[in-house]
Amino acid sequence: MNAPLLAAHGLSVDIGGHQVVRGLDLDIAAGQRLAILGRNGAGKSTLLATLAGLREPAAGHIELGGTAYAELTPRAAALRRAWLGQTQADPFGSTVLETALTGRHPHLGRWDWETPRDAELARSALAAVGLAGMEARQIHTLSGGERQRLAIATLLAQAPPLYLLDEPLAHLDLNHQMAVLELFAGAARDCGAGVIMVLHDPALAHRFCDRALLIDGDGHCELGAVDTVLTAEKLSALYGYPLCQFAQAGQRCFVPA
Amino acid sequence: MPNRRRAFLILAILVLLALASFWAALAAGSIPVAAADVLATLLGRDAPGADIVRELRLPRALAGFACGGLLALAGALMQVLLRNPLADPYILGISGGAGVGALFAIMVGLPTFGIDGLAFAGALGAMFLVFGLAHGDGSWTQTRLLLTGVIVAAGCGALISLMLAIAPEDRLRGMLFWLTGDLGQAASAWPPMLALAIALLLAMPFARELNLLARGLMQAQALGVAVNRLRYAVFLLASLATAASVTTAGSIGFIGLVVPHLIRLVTGNDQRLLLPASALAGGALLMLADTLARSLIAPQQLPVGVLTALIGVPVFLFLLSRQSR
Repeated sequence: MNAPLLAAHGLSVDIGGHQVVRGLDLDIAAGQRLAILGRNGAGKSTLLATLAGLREPAAGHIELGGTAYAELTPRAAALRRAWLGQTQADPFGSTVLETALTGRHPHLGRWDWETPRDAELARSALAAVGLAGMEARQIHTLSGGERQRLAIATLLAQAPPLYLLDEPLAHLDLNHQMAVLELFAGAARDCGAGVIMVLHDPALAHRFCDRALLIDGDGHCELGAVDTVLTAEKLSALYGYPLCQFAQAGQRCFVPA
Repeated sequence: MPNRRRAFLILAILVLLALASFWAALAAGSIPVAAADVLATLLGRDAPGADIVRELRLPRALAGFACGGLLALAGALMQVLLRNPLADPYILGISGGAGVGALFAIMVGLPTFGIDGLAFAGALGAMFLVFGLAHGDGSWTQTRLLLTGVIVAAGCGALISLMLAIAPEDRLRGMLFWLTGDLGQAASAWPPMLALAIALLLAMPFARELNLLARGLMQAQALGVAVNRLRYAVFLLASLATAASVTTAGSIGFIGLVVPHLIRLVTGNDQRLLLPASALAGGALLMLADTLARSLIAPQQLPVGVLTALIGVPVFLFLLSRQSR
């Protein structure tokens, strides 16, 4: 399959009648990592949900591995991409392992039950985010950061070629932020996974992604290599606050002026 | 870890419980029938009390099982659909609509057939009203569905109160019994039994998808569930199951809300086990409650809804207190 993991052509996204993204062309090939940055309410999450096929675009065309969403069943789409949302509401109780196992859903037939192999995959996904040994815990006893890592483990159990992550670092401490970013960088490097993530830290975006997409919330987008897009000048304009840029050993860091 | 063998074991235990409850429903009552005679009757032989068992108790026990199962199944489905642990089969106004139809029929003195017909028509009317209004602009959010259902139910409640206020004195008792639920009015056990079998058969293939739906719409869709289609189907299925039960036996309370929670406390929230287990437990509980309702102060009958609550509340509270430790 030579088609890119995800390709969007002329994509426009509306929120409540206001166009936040206009005419975006984007593709993600195996092993590529893209960061989406912008102010609160600029439409980052809405764009990501649209790219995940969970929301209709206002205009344009999205293909997942060469096939339009309209021609894919939800299950076929779930085998090609995983999506991490911002909130996990759990009205009913469930254990950590059961929750991680939901990632195996698209891999199972209608009457199948999870096999020991599925459980093994779920357990190793939990171990990868540092939740080993917590399989039997009820999810409402988890902290916010642990709940976020469980959601990430569910995505790992789903094991798709493309990850769409909406603020994967939310609620995570510094140590786990780095661990999660290393994890997805590793998936891109070693397994050829594509990763698109909404981030709020330009320094981490610069360090862990090869391209960045800046969206200003009025339809204008700028897509390019992190070295050219993530500069103090552009980011100051994006966030509406002056930033200073420092560099050390090839890494950039941005500090409010 | 969800496990097929554990599920079968739990279901087997519940089948035994339902059989015990069935046995009690056939043997107990104002005229007790000996175990040997009950067995002989079921095998088609003649025995003392055979007529009572065959003509009165058997259809009533089967109707009780079917209605209890339908209500518990519909309750479990509604809780998933609305993602709200407080949802029950009546929350979206189905029983209110049926109540309006049935009470009107009783008030004007229609025969049993007319009462059942109008009750079912009322339930369907409420269902389509809620469906149409909640669907309105196509958003169909849980909150909108819940609010629409609660408002339609409130409107039906007002109509019911109105009819109770203006009904002739001699009809009031029948109307009140219908409202609290009464298996004695069940004309035939086969329609609800058939409805229960069909509802379970339709729901079970989607049980794992329902697990995901309970966790959130977007998450479920991202994991490969055709969310909108599934939600329409669950709404229709739960509503029709409720309508079938309410038409047969009136609006028996408590079972649809509490039986799914009871099962959840014991087995966890896997719909593959929860749905059939709720149906079995709901059926067993209602048969047991109805047996007590007609034998505790026989020949006087108590409203069965009172008994379901009196049995269910302590069991539920015991399980809840055990869980929190």
